[in-house]
Amino acid sequence: MVSDSFLMDYLPILVFLVVAGGMAVLMIAASLIVGLRRPDKDKLAAYECGFDAFSDARSKFDVRFYLVAILFIIFDLEIAFLFPWAVTLGDIGLFGFWSMMVFLGVLTVGFIYEWKKGALEWE
Amino acid sequence: MIPALAFYFFATILVCSATLVIFARNPVHAVLFLILGFFNAACLFVLLGAEFLAFIVAIVYVGAVAVLFLFVVMMLEISFDTAREKARRYLPVGLAVGGVLLAELIFLFAGWHTAPGAVVSAANVTEETGALTNTEMLGRILYTEYVYPFQLAGLILLVAMIGAIVLSLRTRSGVRKQSVADQVARKREDVVEIVKVTPGTGV
Repeated sequence: MVSDSFLMDYLPILVFLVVAGGMAVLMIAASLIVGLRRPDKDKLAAYECGFDAFSDARSKFDVRFYLVAILFIIFDLEIAFLFPWAVTLGDIGLFGFWSMMVFLGVLTVGFIYEWKKGALEWE
Repeated sequence: MIPALAFYFFATILVCSATLVIFARNPVHAVLFLILGFFNAACLFVLLGAEFLAFIVAIVYVGAVAVLFLFVVMMLEISFDTAREKARRYLPVGLAVGGVLLAELIFLFAGWHTAPGAVVSAANVTEETGALTNTEMLGRILYTEYVYPFQLAGLILLVAMIGAIVLSLRTRSGVRKQSVADQVARKREDVVEIVKVTPGTGV
């Protein structure tokens, strides 16, 4: 259903993906086939004065990272809505312009809220 | 020929990585397979001609949502043995929910009717708007014809923002913060005093 000329635009990207994937597979496969492997228990041991791990590497993160990430997603989506609007601003007229302004206004309310709450501060 | 091959290639990777999301033992690996799945979904959108949606999937899901998932996976101190034990306990509930979803899908596809002329008109759309890009087609209707869903999306984002702040904002007490304004406003006369000290008397 999609025209061929549209998909032809993406053919270089497909070629790029195939070449990149093929290169990665080739390197890993080559090192598996050609590489010299002599497994030894001592090679896996902690090196010289190192010691075995005390605990798992997974530890508790500050919940603040999560808050920053979620606020980032929200503004990321706001930007995503701006792209088609910017492209078609000449066609959609004053109504389209103000509908986006209302949208931005609503999100600005949230932005002011988070600023005042101190969610952007890092103690 | 090439589009069909590309479709089967991406769809296969998508299904495989989606399966591995469920069966991967390490949650971090599961998230990485989820990223691979998102990426292949974006490729499928490109094959459908929805390039704007494809790049939004790449930016929002791969760039942001996956990062959030990684945070969550790393924030949870999961010990794998207890996690598996808990999973076994919640298995009946999970199976029930999955069964309901599966039944919905079956009903949906069993009762699937294509509206007469829909395929023809879909073909015509791409014919008529051949000069317009996908982003332009979206922009022409999203902000005017679909203004209420658009504003609703804004409100949902606002609720998500406030909800995230309310749920996860903790102010730690006893933290001494730097106040730049106070530091800049500080004058020499307020804090420095020059005292003439005569020898032998002290200050």
